[in-house]
Amino acid sequence: MRWYLKIISPVLLLVAWEIAAIAVNNEFILPRVGSVFVVLLQPTKDILGSGSLLDNAIISLTRVVSGFLLGIVVAIPIGIGMGRVRWINDMVDPVIELIRPIPPIAWIPLALAWFKIGLASILFIIFIGSFFPVLLNTIDGVRRVNRTWIETAYMYGAKELQLLVKVIIPAAAPTIWTGIRVGFGIAWMSVVAAEMLPGTTSGLGYLIMYSYNFGQVQVIIAGMIVIGIIGLGIDIFLKEVERRKFRWQGLER
Amino acid sequence: MQLTIDNLTKEFTTDAGEHIVALSDINLEIRDSEFICLLGPSGCGKTTLLRIIGGLDQPSSGQVILDNQVITRPNPRMAMIFQEYSLYPWRNVLDNTAFGLELNGMSREERYAVAKRYLDLVGLTEFSQSFPYELSGGMRQRVAVVRALAVEPAVLLMDEPFGALDAQTRNKLQHDLVDIWEKTKKTILFVTHSVDEAVFLADRIVVLSPRPGRICENIPIEQPRPRDRTSVEFAQVRRHVLDLISLK
Ligand SMILES: Nc1ncnc2c1ncn2[C@@H]1O[C@H](COP(=O)(O)OP(=O)(O)O)[C@@H](O)[C@H]1O
Ligand SMILES: [Mg+2]
Repeated sequence: MRWYLKIISPVLLLVAWEIAAIAVNNEFILPRVGSVFVVLLQPTKDILGSGSLLDNAIISLTRVVSGFLLGIVVAIPIGIGMGRVRWINDMVDPVIELIRPIPPIAWIPLALAWFKIGLASILFIIFIGSFFPVLLNTIDGVRRVNRTWIETAYMYGAKELQLLVKVIIPAAAPTIWTGIRVGFGIAWMSVVAAEMLPGTTSGLGYLIMYSYNFGQVQVIIAGMIVIGIIGLGIDIFLKEVERRKFRWQGLER
Repeated sequence: MQLTIDNLTKEFTTDAGEHIVALSDINLEIRDSEFICLLGPSGCGKTTLLRIIGGLDQPSSGQVILDNQVITRPNPRMAMIFQEYSLYPWRNVLDNTAFGLELNGMSREERYAVAKRYLDLVGLTEFSQSFPYELSGGMRQRVAVVRALAVEPAVLLMDEPFGALDAQTRNKLQHDLVDIWEKTKKTILFVTHSVDEAVFLADRIVVLSPRPGRICENIPIEQPRPRDRTSVEFAQVRRHVLDLISLK
């Protein structure tokens, strides 16, 4: 798509917002565009004693990355096992199918009961959010590895571990990566939701909830914009890695 | 090297419960350095036979014996070249060529040196850093052949390796294969459904009949090489093979 077509809708949104803000004429409901940009343009300025936008963004990012890595480290080996070995799949699949439809946020009360308010609960929620997409894509990727690739390795005398490292994992990597992208998106949503819990004292989710209590709607919107931009930025980054690393995708013959 | 196929049969039960006899009573002696073409129409069991010889599938009865050893699984002395998906798309040409050596635990330097030597042999040195999707089908199959040669097998098993190529490329690769065979004196078992290809390549054509797949002809091709497809002699041999097949 041409770039000037791409900017039409964001510009329209800003214009509509500004018109609506003027019409509403109440900064506690809808602040003017300018006042939100004032907040955005001072990312290192402390907000109501709860840290700056940047500080809180870094905290949220650190949490999401930690919980997400945890999710990947658990999901990928289980996924490979389930994708490769029939009995592992048959044994584990029913539990997975049962737990999978429960949204990450529904785990919050249980997380609080188990881990109390704090980092562990938040990491747990992120873990749950990222685990399933990565798991399901890993299973799928491993199952769909071309049979000829596997047999070629056997013909050259591959042992099971060599087959795994040199064929199964590289062949399934693009599909696993898709799971990682989807999983990260969910993890990012989960961290913001988890940070809005009572008792949390930092993070972007906390910042916007806290700002609500002080009627700082411009900070709420600024925080939401930062959440959106970070989520988008990471997805663009993951897509770019995919484009470079898995260039062969769709061209295998 | 001595490869013996002894009273081999293979039966399948399809998902629908139908019973198929894919191969029946196959007996074959393959001598060292022989170039054999397995010829037959699609569905007659050529792939099945080659896979059993390669140890990828098990026979229903009978056995494959390589130098007194019964084959029940892939053996490093035999290499298989498939028609499709023969290379790993995430590996460049050099790493594809060195794949077998890498599995054997050869150091990077050593295996690259060997792989380069073989790539040289087929004129692909300048493509060693290219990826399979950047190559033509003919080049990919060439790489698959030298990857097999690099592990120095006694037997090359080839399942319609040039079947997906255009006629011109196909002829070129057939020439190259004969060259390689003359240089290395590998034993080659080459599956094809093309009479022309078989007559061009083989020392001996083994003809399989369809359903159940049986060996119905064993035709030695004594024509000297290099063979000229446009020559009268070539046409006569091809005619002879076609006559033998059409009598079935
Ligand atoms: N795994 C299988 N299960 C059931 N039937 C099979 C299987 N593999 C091959 N066959 C059948 O065996 C016959 C021979 O197949 P194949 O060896 O692929 O023939 P060709 O390579 O000569 O075309 C065919 O009828 C095919 O449908
Ligand atoms: Mg076949």
